[in-house]
Amino acid sequence: MSEIRLEGVTKRYGTFAAADNVDLAVAQGELVTILGPSGSGKTTLLSLIAGLNKPTSGRIFIGGRDVTDAPAQERNIGLVFQSYALFPHMTVLENVLFPLGVRKIGRAEADRLARDALKLVRLDGLENRRPSQLSGGQQQRVALARAVVFTPDILLLDEPLGALDRKLREELQVELKQLQRSLGVTTLLVTHDQEEALSLSDRIMVLDKGRTQQVAAPTEAYLKPANRFVAEFLGIANFVGLPDGGQALVRPERIRLSGSGAGKPARVVEAIYLGQMVRYHLSLDGEGARPMVAAAPFVGPAYATGERVMVSWDAADLWPVAK
Amino acid sequence: MRGQGFGFIAPLLVLMFVAFNAPIVYMLGLAFWEKGRGFTLQHYEGLLDAPVYLRVLGNTMRVALVATLANVVIGYPLALWMRGLSNRGRMIALSLVVLPFWVSILVRTYAWIVVLGNGGLVNRALQWSGLTDAPVSFLYNELGVTIGMANVLLPFLVLPLFAAMIRIDDRLLQAAASLGAPPRTIFWKVFFPLTLPALAAGTLLVFILCLGFYVTPAILGGGRVPMISNLLDTLINQIPRWETAAAISTILLIVTLLIFAAYRRLDRKASA
Repeated sequence: MSEIRLEGVTKRYGTFAAADNVDLAVAQGELVTILGPSGSGKTTLLSLIAGLNKPTSGRIFIGGRDVTDAPAQERNIGLVFQSYALFPHMTVLENVLFPLGVRKIGRAEADRLARDALKLVRLDGLENRRPSQLSGGQQQRVALARAVVFTPDILLLDEPLGALDRKLREELQVELKQLQRSLGVTTLLVTHDQEEALSLSDRIMVLDKGRTQQVAAPTEAYLKPANRFVAEFLGIANFVGLPDGGQALVRPERIRLSGSGAGKPARVVEAIYLGQMVRYHLSLDGEGARPMVAAAPFVGPAYATGERVMVSWDAADLWPVAK
Repeated sequence: MRGQGFGFIAPLLVLMFVAFNAPIVYMLGLAFWEKGRGFTLQHYEGLLDAPVYLRVLGNTMRVALVATLANVVIGYPLALWMRGLSNRGRMIALSLVVLPFWVSILVRTYAWIVVLGNGGLVNRALQWSGLTDAPVSFLYNELGVTIGMANVLLPFLVLPLFAAMIRIDDRLLQAAASLGAPPRTIFWKVFFPLTLPALAAGTLLVFILCLGFYVTPAILGGGRVPMISNLLDTLINQIPRWETAAAISTILLIVTLLIFAAYRRLDRKASA
């Protein structure tokens, strides 16, 4: 159990910087997600921490120890890939026993630890199956059990739920969060899914083109993004002009609609029913082509496509964002 | 759909039966037939009586085994090395491995005479470096035959092995490393077991091909390394004793089929 610290970590391929001077400190027991579009360098960063790759410059510390030059074998990290990377020629139990065998842990003790880990991910009873006989969700649980069975100092998860369908993904998100909390293991999770980042993390690190854009708690990153990229990547972003000529972000949930009253007049271009919410695309009178998006709970008054509404928001819900 | 188009392949089937299956059936029949007496096993008894036949069969097995092992010892590291190359490097290495396929087997075999002969490249190099005083005889013995066969058959092992190796996801090896396994453990516990089905299948294929090899043993063995194909040649073209040849062929066929059955099982496992 340890904290993670990155100091100016850079990885260059020729002139291209996959990771550009990245600093990060993850506290003991914290779960931080690295969020970014594909090609943002998030997986590169993870592989540098795991020791599968060497940084061009910068230092990496795990539990205060400088591991920058240590091979992957000596870092004591639990690593989970999107593709699971289970050993296809071994059974579920043999897969989970593998890191224990490498550590020369006695047969009986190893067996107990492996069965406990499988119980933790609710796979007891499937010990003698082959990975190919399991569903995607079950395979990912095996990978998770294999990554935590040897009590690693830290846990690294590379898009661990990316290959699963939506319903299963949401189920496993909750499980993953509970497992992480009960083990108290410092965790870095890479994802391109902003919902996953918002729902799982203690803090989010937003990455673009190898550079850190913001490191903040989910609500802060969502409502007070450091720049336009973060604002747009974390969800639907409306930008409104400020008196000083600048721009401010207002999230769809903060926009109020009414049939009459104060506010700006607008026309409903599209009303999209989403179950929990209705999303309105609005065209403000006398403003540009880009529609404003509002989200309202379904229980409130509903507006049909083409209807005229009044749009308003609180000044407190505006967050200035550089262009 | 079924039965449709049968008219089109019927001539091909007839051709195949007449030109290919019928002679095999005839050969099998010959081994169990005696003129005027009908069914007999005496040709097989004859094989047992003359130990030379069994000795040649055993000899063939041994040479085939050694050539196959040599293939594995050379082919596995070669395929492994090729896996680690860049895409471009792989293409070049692959072409070099396949290149011998494009050269006539006769030319290749005679090339070995130039290389391995008493005044050949290898012997001159050995003598020049002072490792030996007199030329080492590589030709007209089992060593030469084994070297030649190993060379000709190497692609049959390297190609399937290489194909299996590049199918292994690098992330499996990275996962093993992150779990704490040193490189040696990663190789023996993860990489090697995953290549084992292809290795076994390739090895059996090479062994089967070795059993029936004719040209290379004939030339590089100079008639002094009796292999079963050369024995058959003698029995048919020189003595001639067709019945004995048929009996030996039958045994060879059965052995080959048994090995092939094993090969099929392994191959199915490898592709599963």
